[in-house]
Amino acid sequence: MTLAPTGLWISIAVLALGTFGFRFAGVTLRSRITLSPQVLQGLTAASVILLMALVATATIFEGQAFAGASRVTGVAVGGVLAWRRAPFVVVVLAAAGVTAGLRWCGVG
Amino acid sequence: MICLADALVGASFGAISVGNGFGIWVPVVLSVVVFAGASQFLFVALAMGNPIAAVLAGLLINVRHFPFGLAVGDVIGNGLTRRVIGSHVLTDESTAFALAQADPAQRRRAFWGSGVGIFVCWNVGVLAGAFGGSYVPDTDTLGLDAAFPAVLLAILLPSLRHAATRTAAVVGGLIALATALVLPAGLPVLVSLAALPLALRTRPERAHG
Repeated sequence: MTLAPTGLWISIAVLALGTFGFRFAGVTLRSRITLSPQVLQGLTAASVILLMALVATATIFEGQAFAGASRVTGVAVGGVLAWRRAPFVVVVLAAAGVTAGLRWCGVG
Repeated sequence: MICLADALVGASFGAISVGNGFGIWVPVVLSVVVFAGASQFLFVALAMGNPIAAVLAGLLINVRHFPFGLAVGDVIGNGLTRRVIGSHVLTDESTAFALAQADPAQRRRAFWGSGVGIFVCWNVGVLAGAFGGSYVPDTDTLGLDAAFPAVLLAILLPSLRHAATRTAAVVGGLIALATALVLPAGLPVLVSLAALPLALRTRPERAHG
């Protein structure tokens, strides 16, 4: 572990308090303010972009090296199934299963 | 059904966190005190290399709960205890379920039922996954490293129907990939936000979600 447990605790506490703060502020302020559609759209888009960036890097890279064909193939299969509206459970099991199978066969 | 799906995602979250080298208590505590799946995945993916980027990215993702709070504030009601507990169980799912109902009483039932239900399922799933994962010497042999991006992708897909958001997300993903070779861990994901103006370029076509 590169993180001292105290540092990790602090990081978790900041994330937890910040997240609760957003929720509680929204619930408490409610009708007193209204956000423009542009701002709402921006907030949604920012989350989607961050998650997509995480999907892309977590699929392709392990650290700064290529993660290997088996992981990329597994994620691709899961993605196609999700796009075809397969149940969530199927998506997860297929992605993991394909990757595990390819590795078992000796694919990197 | 959604409860089962969340428990499964929770279990993979627990197992993946342990596989990343975190102790069992890290995913378990995160899930109880943060209780926001996407930000938790981001956090455990980034915290090892760059804890500050992990917290920043997690907070940025959770800003969306502010407008969600505005939307379901009336459903949650007054009183400090109600607002505190209601805020904590406010998620994408509980907000969506509440807003899908027509009359106020149904909205209240939907919000509290799904909010508390998902809180229980999610945390039970994470606990099971973290314990299970700690018995597996190498989670990579099970392909769990592929389950993680696949889970996120499945969560993301409905939001990608919006054309401008989709373009921005793809460009953001490419930015992250291009910078992953040169920037330290965690930063490529944050830098992807450079694509945000693309999402705002056109007028929002229609509210979605």
